[in-house]
Amino acid sequence: MDFLIFLIVALPLAGFLELLFFGKRIGEPGAGYVASATVGISFVLALIAGFDFLQGGEHGRTVELFAWIPSLGLNATFLWDPLSAMMTLVVTGVGALIHIYSIGYMHGDPGFGRFFTYMNLFITSMLLLVLGANFGILFVGWELVGLSSYLLISFWFEKPSAAAAGKKAFVVNRIGDFGFLIALMLIFNSFGSLDYGSVFEGAEATLTAGTATAIALLLLVGAAGKSAQLPLYVWLPDAMEGPTPVSALIHAATMVTAGVYMVARTGALFELSSVAGAVVTTVGALTAFYAATIAIGQRDIKRVLAYSTISQLGYMFMGVGALALVGGVFHLVTHAFFKALLFLGAGSVIHAMAGEQDMGKMGGLRKKVPVTFATMVIAWIAISGIPPFAGFWSKDEILASVFNRGGGYIVLWAVGIVTAGLTAFYMSRMMFLTFWGEPRWDDGVVPHESPRSMTVPLLALAGLSAVGGLINTPWRPALEHFLEPSFELVDQTHLPEAGVQVALAAVSIAAGVIGLLVAYRRYVSRATQLEEGGRWDTLLAGYHVDDLYGRTIVAPGKAAADVMAFTADAKLVDGAVNGMGGLVNWAGRILSKLQTGMVRSYGLGILGGVVGVVVWLLVAGGGF
Amino acid sequence: MHSTFPVIALLVLLPTVGAVVVGLLPKSRRELVLPIATALSTLPLAVALYILWEFSATDGAAFQFTESVSWYEPWGIGWNVGIDGISLLLITLTAILFPLSILASTSVVKDVKLFMVSMLLLETGLLGVFVSLDLLLFFVFFEMTLVPMYLLIGIWGSENRVYAAIKFFLYTALGSALLLTGIVALAVMYGNETGTISFAFQDLLGLELSANAQLWLFLGFGAAFAIKVPLFPFHTWLPDAHTEAPTAGSVILAGVLLKLGTYGFVRFNLTLFPEATVRLAPWLAGLAVVGIIYGAAVAIVQPDVKRLVAYSSVSHLGFIVLGTFALTSQGLQGGVIQMVNHGLTTGALFLLVGMIYERRHTRQISDYGGLAGVMPLFAGVFLFMAFASIGLPGLNGFIGEFKILLGSYLAFPVMAILAASGVVLAAIYLLWAYERMFTGPVTNAANAGLKDLNARELTILVPIALLVVLLGIYPKPALDRIEPAVENIIERIEEATGHESPEFGRIDDLPAATGENSP
Amino acid sequence: MIPLLAQASTDGLTVEPHWYMALAAVLFAIGAAGLLLRRNALVMFMSIELMLNAVNLTFVAVDSGLGSLEGQISVLFVMVVAAAEVTVGLAIIVAVFRKRATASVDELAGMRG
Repeated sequence: MDFLIFLIVALPLAGFLELLFFGKRIGEPGAGYVASATVGISFVLALIAGFDFLQGGEHGRTVELFAWIPSLGLNATFLWDPLSAMMTLVVTGVGALIHIYSIGYMHGDPGFGRFFTYMNLFITSMLLLVLGANFGILFVGWELVGLSSYLLISFWFEKPSAAAAGKKAFVVNRIGDFGFLIALMLIFNSFGSLDYGSVFEGAEATLTAGTATAIALLLLVGAAGKSAQLPLYVWLPDAMEGPTPVSALIHAATMVTAGVYMVARTGALFELSSVAGAVVTTVGALTAFYAATIAIGQRDIKRVLAYSTISQLGYMFMGVGALALVGGVFHLVTHAFFKALLFLGAGSVIHAMAGEQDMGKMGGLRKKVPVTFATMVIAWIAISGIPPFAGFWSKDEILASVFNRGGGYIVLWAVGIVTAGLTAFYMSRMMFLTFWGEPRWDDGVVPHESPRSMTVPLLALAGLSAVGGLINTPWRPALEHFLEPSFELVDQTHLPEAGVQVALAAVSIAAGVIGLLVAYRRYVSRATQLEEGGRWDTLLAGYHVDDLYGRTIVAPGKAAADVMAFTADAKLVDGAVNGMGGLVNWAGRILSKLQTGMVRSYGLGILGGVVGVVVWLLVAGGGF
Repeated sequence: MHSTFPVIALLVLLPTVGAVVVGLLPKSRRELVLPIATALSTLPLAVALYILWEFSATDGAAFQFTESVSWYEPWGIGWNVGIDGISLLLITLTAILFPLSILASTSVVKDVKLFMVSMLLLETGLLGVFVSLDLLLFFVFFEMTLVPMYLLIGIWGSENRVYAAIKFFLYTALGSALLLTGIVALAVMYGNETGTISFAFQDLLGLELSANAQLWLFLGFGAAFAIKVPLFPFHTWLPDAHTEAPTAGSVILAGVLLKLGTYGFVRFNLTLFPEATVRLAPWLAGLAVVGIIYGAAVAIVQPDVKRLVAYSSVSHLGFIVLGTFALTSQGLQGGVIQMVNHGLTTGALFLLVGMIYERRHTRQISDYGGLAGVMPLFAGVFLFMAFASIGLPGLNGFIGEFKILLGSYLAFPVMAILAASGVVLAAIYLLWAYERMFTGPVTNAANAGLKDLNARELTILVPIALLVVLLGIYPKPALDRIEPAVENIIERIEEATGHESPEFGRIDDLPAATGENSP
Repeated sequence: MIPLLAQASTDGLTVEPHWYMALAAVLFAIGAAGLLLRRNALVMFMSIELMLNAVNLTFVAVDSGLGSLEGQISVLFVMVVAAAEVTVGLAIIVAVFRKRATASVDELAGMRG
């Protein structure tokens, strides 16, 4: 069993190493097969290893591999419990599908082998992240997914915008990590260990409310960086420079949910601070609403989905922040299905349109790419919150739990409902502009359905998006039972009574339907074209936040560095050093005047000195 | 302790013997110089590996392989050498970096023999510093590194080499003068106390010094070490020296020479002047933090890639000093392992910059662009080393930084938090430089035909890369050897001063900014 | 100094130690004057020798008065050093004279600052 769990990580790692050293030789399509096979086998192994948890009550095990930094309580240890098992299944399952899809999508790219090398590196890192049994391994995975994300976003590095986007993603994530690191310092300071077990079990006895709040908020900073929440979300839209499967795998289904996973995993710490919980929920709600408004104004099909991802991640944060941990994680799973599907579908559309991503040049694609269209419709309904598709169950569980917390949380619930309406609207807008209406294609573009390797994963994900929500329904909360051992330390928020639940569900369904109908009227009945000008431009530019950050943080920062480097360092600090040298030089030049070259004048000087000393001795010593 | 064979003497003197051999090579066979020098420089490596193998980790606190030959009995001067866990890693690092940097010196054409002789003498000096247990011997080796490095910069450097060499020499010699004064004063004080003067480290450890004497001696020793590290604001010799030095010089300068400063602090200041250490620790930690942020900020805007790496050293060495003066076991362990890590990664970055300089003869970042397409292997290795330097977990840089941050938080929470921002800045300066040099289209035609790494260059880089991964994933063997030595030092400080090295679990010591401590 | 003077014998024929001192002082003064007033390097050199020997004389005289040996040992040192100095110094002077055809120190002021 332990070996099995080791293999789950080791296989993608082996795949990565093989491709790293022999990727060029293996070439296309072998590299894709190697990568997909390793991830696929990992998925199967995870299924086998996770079987025990289905009975419920099983706590899982830790698998210790070797001592890493023993004095910090950090060992290379895996924790195989229901939560990590579920995350592993999502990562390897969705990962394997996207790998297979990529074999078709990346066909003919000169970097084919490199692509799959990075993809396997990502899977390995993500597995480390979710399987780590202490904050150290979590952080290793946390940073390594950042690295893979950097590599994959700037995969087409010849494009300056792609390279810049990769760097931006890594740097913004690092700002989040800054908070994460400080949280780790605080945790180590409080517990003397970074091991999950000792931290979570000792948390209530050890931590004061202040420390707990500090730790939780700092962890939130880290989570906000990785999961693209306000105000650190700016890297995610730019991350769409990467190949579309990357956007699906990393920037929708898995990596960006790491923050949600982390908050859920450390629920025992968040529970101790009502402030932190409220902050997480508020950040989530605001991000959900804010990103949804921006998504409305996008032209690029992938950027719509990017902002949509930010918005959906906001929902997950609302869930875990309100201590509806199961709800948050549940939405993580269903979102992985339907958002991966949307991205892969978008990729299929882009593929069909020969690389065109502007919705202004699409339209009327329904008949041309039927499989893509059909599967995307399922994802569209799922994300819009229409039952019985996946998104409805998870989003509603979150919203109902938030509502059940009462007080100020009801305001946040209302924000969530409005966002649900906006979500339905912008997703419908995207679908209508892409698949309905008159074709607005560029000359020479002949849309065609994608190859089998791409459509099969679409179909699989469509199936999951359709029925995936049924794993946790109010009357049969299987996921909740499954995850119970992982969350037993946390007193979770429960769902309201059945009657209230139904009422709340009705409201949120209504919001979704209204969003759909408004969009239908606008884009189908009135055939509104892609909007331009005025406020739409503001939305398109994401409220110009990038400019704002550029003007208020980046530019002053660079100016300050310039001052430090070329004024303070070169003139002041080094000036002082060279000034000292200059002083000595100057003194030497003055004093060298004494050296006349006249030997006899030196002699006179010596004689004068001798006489002086003798006289001084006579006077001071009292004489003979 | 294992045998009576003077293995340390062999280690230290082998490079000198090598220097003599190289010096005797006939002038007409200059093509032989590099291979022979490389081969000769692997001999100390073999001895170092033997020591590494034979070193007893459980006894890591004690000095092992000790040799003691008296030279001038009345003053207690002699060949007193020994190796503990801290010196063990540093001599290994030194012995590894020398063959690699000599092998990287193919572009040296002027006076190859003198170059190699300088390198090998430099190696003797550096190895000697790390094994000396006699302060005068230490000083001799400490100074012995100065002349070969001066020659390396001054003869084989680039345009501004004379300025840089003189600045390096004078600046560090100034520190050395204060160091020598301190050493002599200490020995004389010992003489006043016991009747016999002694320079032996073990004798001096037993000396009880007044708080005032400790303070002045600490400052004397500290001045030399602070310049060597270099600690802000004594760092300005470094960018000039690093930038102008030939590749091998930069590698050794950054990889090993800077560690003389941090090693000196750990070995002598902490143990000989514990009271002054406790008193001055906040100040030194403060300077270190300034250095971390300042060095990183200045690195961001450097137009010259070699200068950028040089300033990154200022930032990284700040981490080491911060960890050292946190006076916690974790911090100090982190500091020591970070000495090795920085030596490997920054050494590798200088090697890489040297390799690209040999091809294009420019260090300006703006002259490059799009290299990843032209030389993918080179770009990959560069990025790998950059991430190691940034402190990516799983690679070596992280281990040290993480321990330093956790360890120093226990002592100086606010400073540790400020230092953590260096982690963000490191990502900015290295990735921005990578972006400008390696990505985008090839804009300069001169870059289009550049050749990727050849077999010799890979031979140089692969061992470093392997160590970077090994120390990142399985640092335990190294940490096991450092830990007892570090604990020993911390215990000594605690015993001598009553200062309590902060441990974890002090929840009441949160900085005020993080909130109320009500239960 | 006091015991030295006190030891001075009343016997008129004895050469008293302070006579030696006086002679040494005179020799030293001659040497010093020669060094300052003459321009010829060779003569200046001789003047230096004169001063050295004046000092030697005081060493020996005082030593015999005190009955100790340390001063005499110093004298041996001074003589050795003086001999070495003469060797080097004369060599330099001869070399300079060959090159410049002069031994006047006033014309050899090439090292002024």
